[in-house]
Amino acid sequence: MKLFGIRLPMMASLIIWAIIWEIIGRFDLSILLPPLSLVIIRMFEIIPTATFFNAFWITVKAFLIGTAISIAAGIPIGVLMGRSLIADRMLLPWVNMFLSAPLTALVPVLMTLFGFGEMTIILTTLLFAIWIIVLDARAGVKGISPSLVEMAHSYGANGWQAFTKIYVWAALPEILAGIRLGFVRAIKGVIIGQLLVSIVGFGRLFELYSSNFLMEHMWALLLVLFFFAFLIAEGMGIIERKFSYYAASR
Amino acid sequence: MSHMTESGSSAAVPAAVAVKNVSKIYPGGVEALSNMTLQFPKGELTSVLGPSGCGKTTLLKIIAGLLPANSGTVSVNGRPVTGPGPERAFVFQDFALMPWASVLRNVAFGLELRGIPKSERMAIAEKQIENVGLKGFEKHYPHQLSGGMRQRVGLARALAVDAEILLMDEPFSAVDEQTRRKFQEDLLGVAQSEKKTFIFVTHSIEEAVYLSDSIALLLPRPSRVSEIIKPDIRRDIDPDAIRRDVVYLDTVERIWQGLRKYIE
Repeated sequence: MKLFGIRLPMMASLIIWAIIWEIIGRFDLSILLPPLSLVIIRMFEIIPTATFFNAFWITVKAFLIGTAISIAAGIPIGVLMGRSLIADRMLLPWVNMFLSAPLTALVPVLMTLFGFGEMTIILTTLLFAIWIIVLDARAGVKGISPSLVEMAHSYGANGWQAFTKIYVWAALPEILAGIRLGFVRAIKGVIIGQLLVSIVGFGRLFELYSSNFLMEHMWALLLVLFFFAFLIAEGMGIIERKFSYYAASR
Repeated sequence: MSHMTESGSSAAVPAAVAVKNVSKIYPGGVEALSNMTLQFPKGELTSVLGPSGCGKTTLLKIIAGLLPANSGTVSVNGRPVTGPGPERAFVFQDFALMPWASVLRNVAFGLELRGIPKSERMAIAEKQIENVGLKGFEKHYPHQLSGGMRQRVGLARALAVDAEILLMDEPFSAVDEQTRRKFQEDLLGVAQSEKKTFIFVTHSIEEAVYLSDSIALLLPRPSRVSEIIKPDIRRDIDPDAIRRDVVYLDTVERIWQGLRKYIE
């Protein structure tokens, strides 16, 4: 974008919004909106603390386990649904239902079943992430050219070889898109899970800050989370673009 | 037709593939093949020629074991076909290459599936890539190649598994005319040096006559073998001279006269 003949960098709008935030914060209009500069100072205060590190580690662990299971289970289920009409008929209604369901409402159920610990948070993450991965893997496999499947079959591929050497690769652009969307949903899942459980990880910190009206802390933590969510989505986007070169030539 | 089948004359050469009373009805009731009987002599290139809708690709896929027949049997060297087998290799109309794999890996793919060690299968693949005239393109990816070159990769893949029977499904139909002519010449060379049985499906009369030892002429609705034609063209002459050969031109004309009443 160009303004008055000067080329503006990509994130220029963020700077403008940061300035607006700072000015409004300076007016002391509300306790809810402290100036950005104070938030950033607070951020650097919080990050080196053990409390933050513990919360961060618990969150990362739940996120990684949840997404790993989602990917490991979601891709085979999606491929199976794409290949087998019976599996598709059996599973598709459930996948579609869970994809659009308000999963937050299920977290209290998980809490009664699995307690107020990491298990509940991992399952929440899984529940948020897996459905889109299944659905995208299914779409990718459905789009594979029939002759590629025939090729594998005619050259003697068994089921496992067809899965690992053809289906996963041929559907890779869609699978990666599914994983990226799954990651974004998993971030929501892991935070929502912690907020509802509210005695673990960032959930505990949010609970602590908001009940004590520590708005600077609250915003600092939010900014850190937003930043990591953005980083994960962008990182997956880069990997995805690396493989999109053959999406058109399949 | 005035001149009916003379398939009895191929009795001298044993059949590599024998199709007996094969019928195929697709779900939905479309009858692609009905009670078809046809033999493919060993070591020869036989074309299956016919207008679209005569079931020629269906026949080839049944021989390949990719499609089950509703009735009848297909046997390869006397053994009935129940699925794909290592003695048959397929060349696809749309090439069916893996876009994420290099030319080398694509050509070696059949061997990879059989668990041949990497160094061994790479050596075989390199040899076949050279055989089809693609030396120097081993590291390229399919999207970097022209249509004709992609089909050469498809042919090299079929040759690499050293199958006795090559099944080719309109392999040149997605290739431009100039490339196709060159490819046809090269295929004649490969067919003569490899001593394999080729079953070649095409809708081009010229192509069938140019390449084939014998041509099975298929007619649609109901699909049937109307005639077996053996273009008696001398193969020791220059590949270009074949296209001006009187026998070649006469055979093309004769097939066209036989077919034209079935078009439209």
